Amino acid sequence: MRHEPSLPDDWELVCGLEVHVELSTATKLFCGCANQFGSEPNTNVCPTCLGLPGSLPMVNESAVTDAMRLGRALNCTVLPSVFARKNYFYPDMPKDFQTTQYDQPTNDSGWLDIPTGERIGVERAHIEEDTGKTTHVGGDGRITSAQYSLIDYNRAGVPLVEVVSRPDIRTADEAKQYVSELRGILLALDVSDARMEEGSMRVDANVSIRPVGSDELRTRCEIKNINSLSSLGRAIAHEANRHLDLYTTGDAPVQETRHWDEESGRTRSGRRKEDSDDYRYFPEPDLTPLIPSADELDAIEAGLPVFPAEQRSRLAEAAGIEPTAASLIVDRGDADFALASIDAGADGARVVVHLDNNLADGIGKLTPASFAELVGMETGGALSATQTKDVLAEMVTSGQSAADIATARGFEAMDTSELDSMVDELIANHPDEWSRYCGDDEGDAKKMAGFFTGQIMKATKGQADGKVVAQLLNARK
Amino acid sequence: MHAAPAAFGTAAQIADDVSSGTTTASAVVEQHLARISEHEGDIHAFNLVLAEEAREAAAAIDERISAGDEVGPLAGVPVVLKDNMCTRGVETTCSSRILKGWKPPYSATVADRLTDAGAIVVGKANLDEFAMGSSTENSAFGPTHNPWDLEKVPGGSSGGSAAAVAAGFAPLSLGSDTGGSVRQPASFCGIVGVKPTYGSVSRYGLIAFGSSLDQIGPFSTTVEDAALSFEIIAGHDPLDATSAPEPALPVRSKLDAGVEGLRVGVINEMNGSVIEGLDADVLARSRAAAEALAAAGAIVEECSIPSSVYGLSAYYMVAPAEASSNLARFDGVRYGLREDGPNTALMNQASRTAGFGAEVKRRIIVGTYALSAGYRDAYYGKAQRVRTKIIDEFNAAYKNFDVLLSPTAPSTAFAMGDKTADPMMMYLNDVCTIPSNLSGQPAMSVPFGVGDDGLPIGVQVLAPLMGEVVMFQVAAELERAAGGAA
Amino acid sequence: MSDAKEPHLTREEVAFVAHLALLELTDEEVDQFTWQLEEVLDTADAMTALDLDGVEPTHHPLGFTNVMRPDVVVPSLDRDEVLAQAPDVEDHRFKVPAALGEQ
Repeated sequence: MRHEPSLPDDWELVCGLEVHVELSTATKLFCGCANQFGSEPNTNVCPTCLGLPGSLPMVNESAVTDAMRLGRALNCTVLPSVFARKNYFYPDMPKDFQTTQYDQPTNDSGWLDIPTGERIGVERAHIEEDTGKTTHVGGDGRITSAQYSLIDYNRAGVPLVEVVSRPDIRTADEAKQYVSELRGILLALDVSDARMEEGSMRVDANVSIRPVGSDELRTRCEIKNINSLSSLGRAIAHEANRHLDLYTTGDAPVQETRHWDEESGRTRSGRRKEDSDDYRYFPEPDLTPLIPSADELDAIEAGLPVFPAEQRSRLAEAAGIEPTAASLIVDRGDADFALASIDAGADGARVVVHLDNNLADGIGKLTPASFAELVGMETGGALSATQTKDVLAEMVTSGQSAADIATARGFEAMDTSELDSMVDELIANHPDEWSRYCGDDEGDAKKMAGFFTGQIMKATKGQADGKVVAQLLNARK
Repeated sequence: MHAAPAAFGTAAQIADDVSSGTTTASAVVEQHLARISEHEGDIHAFNLVLAEEAREAAAAIDERISAGDEVGPLAGVPVVLKDNMCTRGVETTCSSRILKGWKPPYSATVADRLTDAGAIVVGKANLDEFAMGSSTENSAFGPTHNPWDLEKVPGGSSGGSAAAVAAGFAPLSLGSDTGGSVRQPASFCGIVGVKPTYGSVSRYGLIAFGSSLDQIGPFSTTVEDAALSFEIIAGHDPLDATSAPEPALPVRSKLDAGVEGLRVGVINEMNGSVIEGLDADVLARSRAAAEALAAAGAIVEECSIPSSVYGLSAYYMVAPAEASSNLARFDGVRYGLREDGPNTALMNQASRTAGFGAEVKRRIIVGTYALSAGYRDAYYGKAQRVRTKIIDEFNAAYKNFDVLLSPTAPSTAFAMGDKTADPMMMYLNDVCTIPSNLSGQPAMSVPFGVGDDGLPIGVQVLAPLMGEVVMFQVAAELERAAGGAA
Repeated sequence: MSDAKEPHLTREEVAFVAHLALLELTDEEVDQFTWQLEEVLDTADAMTALDLDGVEPTHHPLGFTNVMRPDVVVPSLDRDEVLAQAPDVEDHRFKVPAALGEQ
């Protein structure tokens, strides 16, 4: 049952996300200025992105291709499109209208499947230009108390794709999965850095609630200023409960834009959002319609990479694990490496464990073949778990083979008969500890197991296999 | 009267004389600057005279010629640019207080093409503010006077560009035509004025009024000069997405070909029987033009563009709608006039209120209204459909005719102040010219005699999309019939 | 004549639309503009006589499509030249009085 845990059983979350993705093209959407983060203010500007009188826009063909690829990755239909002017005044908008797409967007009606299996509809994914950046000065840095504002137009005109989901999301966690999955897709396509913290992926959440069983769409609020995945989850849960409080006291939420305040953990009222905000849209007379050819669409289709969902299921199958358990590896971009290692003969389960736990900082100089060799040594008993971890760490930095490193370090598999006599000797020398190990107090017995194992490890300089030692102790109980 | 078109020769003659060494660019520029000095006080064709800059440019041309270096086809020819075309580092105001003092950091493509061809810009011409008007009385810096009669308007919105050529300040100028703003002043000032096919001349650097209607075109004293300058400014511009992919059409190629066998359609709706308010003397000259073409061997018949009578209605929805959006950028933030305010929105409002004149405000309001929710389909949407009908009817006519013919303007130049009280009266000036802005097809005005008051009258030749060659061909014949170049 | 038709525009609407366009009109201007604009809209009404069923709007006279440019960096403007034209500058940025509201 898809139920938002922070709401009572009889209320349901209805949530849609609007995600603005900054494309990582070389130039802006309508001019040849560099699309570059972090330049000195107002150095990547030209008549077009400054909105100087007499300037004209010219569409960046890579931005369009990237947008179509993203559309297909989200299972959208790619359509002939028309740019439109969205007219409103704000100083970060050089023309005091935004050139965007209105009733004929590039991508229409798709979906995104999240890891836990739900399908979230995508209404559309359209192309539009970004605004400049405004810094509010004076007061406490918030819009409402600023004394004046400073504007940098370096970002004005940067290409964005706005991905609008249907209100199919039912839990805050689903929202986080959606964003995370979208990010994975963007990285696989290599069209954006998609970093929420840096602003190359901006997420606004539309939140409303309704009684379970009804299919009405009640008043929704748009939540802005969400800067991380965890904030997203918190903001949605908070807002849903704010609506709940209003309904249960006989009141109701007002349709408006609200800002998430991370510090206080609350949303604050922003601007009244009216459906009737009149932007006086009309087709952009300075640009031509875009009509992709069948050949172009075929090329896009053929060139699509393998996406995270597919990577997870391939890895899951190869390693014999659940797809969700493959997430970490896929998110880090190590799926291909994992599959290749399994192909080279490595045990799937061990591959996953090592990648999850011991290779968080990257595979470095490790190759699938060398990794497979190491894992084979581990599963075959030639190396203990601890030894394997050590060798792995060195393989990552040095690129040497497992066998070479193991020999150099003098790691050899401990002969079980040697261990046998060591265990017997220990038991003979520590009768009190031994009787506690064999006793009824489980906690105490565990402690003693640790004591004996520790002694063996010390004596063997860590070469003994902890599992084998445990077996030997247990057999003598 | 101060009219002295081509006082010092046509552009073609000057270019010839300069490149052959018969005269120097500096001498040519001095002649024209002297004339400007003498008569500009009465005419006020300019917002800015660029005397020193012109002298420097002329000197540079002369140096290149002495050194035996290549110079362009317009080397040494003085030209004037309407002050809604950006010129880098040189004040460009659109005759508006909101841009007074603004120096663009870039130049319009057409400006570059002219100067690359060796032309010398002697000044920025006055216009109706933001190109909105038909008399140049809407300029924030004072009106321009018609050189033929200083009490009369030169037409608009490119009144300054037209007056400059008619007064002999330069043999060539550029204007912009959105609803007739090159052709009507050409008619009022007794000179040639061209509105090319939409997209054939780059709009990059032209401060936009009605984006889907605006086209830059030349004013000249002869059809040949208009053709020469057209070939230089027209042609694909990668900076303008609405720019036609082809290079400039070879419009000089058929100037002497005559009109034998060409089919000329006289637009019925504009011959006095349908559209009201066309003066008798204007209609007489238009009929004379048709007869002259017939006498020269053309097949002249009537044709009908029924929806052209709705052109005015459609235009006064589409143009202001686009303008209201194009002029939103004038907000006191990045350039232009700023009137302070406690917050940005109030600062924007104060700046725009102080900076824009009444006609501009009127059109912004009409345009905003025409686009607003609830009215968009009724006004803007409907107007764009009327446009399609007009295009279809023109295309049908061009199946049977090579060019069409009509008066350019409903009257000769009217007196200053005559039509300023009622905007609608002013708008009626554009009835004959608007339909070809809506269709994007080319049209030009050729001087063809005078009215009862002795003031010039022009006739309009219209052609299909990219039909400039035949259009110029017919215009040249009319010029010959009118008694040759003025 | 007793069949006075409904005006298209009221004074209030004119003032409201002016406000949307960030123009502040004097009372006189509102009066004047109201009747002037009424005339323009009257003219626009003429279009209703036309049968426009099935007629598509024309947004581009020449009907081009797919005009685009390659994703190649082109030199930007000189910042000083640009900022020299700005009404107010601080820290190499355009300075404006507090920008309220939101994007």
